[in-house]
Amino acid sequence: MSGALHTPIRRRSLLQAGASAGLVVGFHIPFAGIAAAQQAAPREINAWVLVRPDDTVVIRIARSEMGQGSLTGLAQLVAEELECDWAKVTTEYPTPGQNLARKRAWGNFSTGGSRGIRESHDYVRRGGATARVMLVQAAAQQWNVPVAECVAANSVITHRPSGRTTTYGKVADAAATLTPPAEVALKDPKDWKLVGKRLARLDTVDKVTGKQVYGADLVLPGMLNAAIKDCPVFGGKVKSFNAAAIEKRPGVKKVVRVGDSAVAVIADTWWRAKTALDALPIEWDLGPNATASSAAVAQTLKAGLDAQDAVIGNSNGDAKAALASAARKIEAVYSYPHQNHATMEPMNATAKWTPERCEVWTPTQNGEAALAAASEASGLPPEKCEVYKLHLGGGFGRRGAVHDWVRQSVEIAKQMPGVPVKLLWSREEDMLHGRFHPVTQCKLQAGLDAQGNVTALHMRISGQSILAGVFPQMIQGGKDPVVFQGLNPPGPEASIGYSVPHLLIDHAMRNPPVPPGFWRGVNLNQNTLYLECFLDEVAAATRQDPLALRRKLMASHPKHLAVLNAVAERVGWGRPAADIGGQKVFRGLAQTMGFGSYVAACAEVSVNAEGELKIHRIVAATDCGHAVNPQQIEAQVEGSFAYGLSAALFGECTLKDGRIEQDNFSTYPVVHMRHMPKVETIVMPSGGFWGGVGEPTIAVAAPAVLNAIYAATGKRVRDVPLRHHSLKKA
Amino acid sequence: MAKLNVNGAVRDFEAEGDTPLLWVLREQLGLTGTKYGCGIAACGACTVHIDGVPTRSCVRPVSTVGPGEKVVTIEGLSRDGSHLLQKAWVQLDVPQCGYCQCGMIMAAAALLKDKPNPSDADIDDAMSNICRCGTYNRVRAAIRAAAQGSTRNAGLAIQHADGSVS
Repeated sequence: MSGALHTPIRRRSLLQAGASAGLVVGFHIPFAGIAAAQQAAPREINAWVLVRPDDTVVIRIARSEMGQGSLTGLAQLVAEELECDWAKVTTEYPTPGQNLARKRAWGNFSTGGSRGIRESHDYVRRGGATARVMLVQAAAQQWNVPVAECVAANSVITHRPSGRTTTYGKVADAAATLTPPAEVALKDPKDWKLVGKRLARLDTVDKVTGKQVYGADLVLPGMLNAAIKDCPVFGGKVKSFNAAAIEKRPGVKKVVRVGDSAVAVIADTWWRAKTALDALPIEWDLGPNATASSAAVAQTLKAGLDAQDAVIGNSNGDAKAALASAARKIEAVYSYPHQNHATMEPMNATAKWTPERCEVWTPTQNGEAALAAASEASGLPPEKCEVYKLHLGGGFGRRGAVHDWVRQSVEIAKQMPGVPVKLLWSREEDMLHGRFHPVTQCKLQAGLDAQGNVTALHMRISGQSILAGVFPQMIQGGKDPVVFQGLNPPGPEASIGYSVPHLLIDHAMRNPPVPPGFWRGVNLNQNTLYLECFLDEVAAATRQDPLALRRKLMASHPKHLAVLNAVAERVGWGRPAADIGGQKVFRGLAQTMGFGSYVAACAEVSVNAEGELKIHRIVAATDCGHAVNPQQIEAQVEGSFAYGLSAALFGECTLKDGRIEQDNFSTYPVVHMRHMPKVETIVMPSGGFWGGVGEPTIAVAAPAVLNAIYAATGKRVRDVPLRHHSLKKA
Repeated sequence: MAKLNVNGAVRDFEAEGDTPLLWVLREQLGLTGTKYGCGIAACGACTVHIDGVPTRSCVRPVSTVGPGEKVVTIEGLSRDGSHLLQKAWVQLDVPQCGYCQCGMIMAAAALLKDKPNPSDADIDDAMSNICRCGTYNRVRAAIRAAAQGSTRNAGLAIQHADGSVS
């Protein structure tokens, strides 16, 4: 059984769900579907584990599932310590309202920064272990035997001396009444039976039959649908709109202002709402950014490359002096544009507002942030609000921090009290109103001695700060630490893999009027591209092998070096690659560290005489400390390459007349099946730490490919997407 | 009231004639397995079969679908997830977020009907659906596995709760 409680809810009124058996333990199970209602009530052993009489175990997952597989990974960690039958595990999401009511019994709900497993593995394992101890104790008490003589495995408790057995389902009621142990011991990783195994996900079956309900699919009794348009120019407002022009259209119920910058149409169906909205005359007050353009922003960023004002992210020695006196200097300027998350499921939320209660059903990467947004928009305190989480049709960071679509949905629902209204963004709205990957440029300068050793490096990043747009309170002394991902001094999160005698990495903050957000991989993407491509430039200019050059700088960075060496060895770096399809094959390397993990990649490409690129294969290596589910890690690596290469090859979001020019996949092209290279992943967890998986590898795909393109063509690409460049032989 | 033949049943519905088939399926007929991803036939999330032909329903006005044309959605591909492709998708754990996968499966089902043993080039041509999670390599492996009747060549060795490995 997989994820039975994550079942479609359309056949059953959620308004009745509060009467379900869950109230026995004092809280409301929001998604008690028909199947669950027909089974006996699950007994809560502790916040993390419930057990049914038939031995089904419900594991509560606080983080959000957006395809990255953490739902299954976290369940594996709990089940490992719980010693339950994995074949009878299902999951459910506690709500943020329940978390609030139970004094954050489930801790942090935030799912981003590749933190879901690495931040919670310890306490979720303890949750599983604690429940196991209570279940075993209950059995021992029933048998009147010492606990030490009992052992649990696969939901069966055995009294070893007598051979008596019972099951979790039979002792759950008794276990639930026991006092939890103050402390529990966790298994040594070498004893893991579930963690580290290539287990199938728990949430696959419904996704191949159409049964999986996404927020966009939700249907509630009496629900209406809404389409919305926010002013396409950032910072603009609604001046006026002529509701009378569309009010008589079939199905249209109401036309409403949403905040001061958006208009929504509420209708019986979304299609009727959307087409009515398209026909609605709206006058915008375009505001102060009506003439903003990417071209102008680029000029501002370029000036920042040489500006005096800059905040230091990492430094040792005196890079400026060392550069001034270096035997040889190499310099290059790189840039990386805005990107849109472009989740396949557009932003959506269903909200129902009354003066007493506000409920929201939505995909979100952070249930607690969604609750806060709902509360603020509703005018009701959080205790009178609730958010029901659904599996996301993609997150990638868009649904984690700013919950703009949730606020909108509540503001709309407030204008239809008592009626659930589903707000769904059109793809165009989603593309225009992203929270964009920040735009930056980078000037890199390397100083070399007479032997070609890198003695000095100055990386000046000029451009946008995400924190300035999302969490400005986190900026300290003008410094946005997130800017320096992958470039930091040694540490557990995102440190540079090279030692250079004189190093200076600094940032001149220049913020365009485009709202920024956390896009998968965040600043590790462009920082790794900048540094890894530039080091290849240095290697080429000094006639050094790119791997040999790097190795000289990585003696003090063994974990960075280990993944780089692993990919180099796997591809046979140093020996020529075999031709493929009659074309010569060329290689490029990249390595980085971010989100707690060390990653590297080697891309193998061909470029034909017409300049057409074929990426044949990428070999990747990841050291994430511990690997909870290696087959899901492989899936994440492959997926991250599709995402990162979409940006490197095709995608950019540009600003013209104050608005984003790319409004659908026609103008924001992405990687398709035919572009996708073979991917081989070396999962090499070295133990002793817990690193993230969802993001780190995204950053090494593009530089590895660009470096391979240089090897193939002699053309150095310093700004992406690649489609702006011709690789044709001159 | 108009009629559509969907998943083997005649269904009545009321909608303006220029309503895309996608939205009639989702909103008038309650079949939400077919997804909205772009509205301009660029992504394939809305793929259904009309008389066996894979069709992006987001740009197909419902008035152009006659009551005699057989529309099949993901819900009608099999009654219980037993289509060879659905089984292969489960065996190889293809979906990540899953939002695009129903459209993928419908496109793949049409491909296999047309070419029971597709080459890589055939798969490239037929499978132009967008997946932002990047499941493409597993989609390809699952199509091959369904065509070959075995997941062995995928080399994924995924352990299922029933003890099987695929």
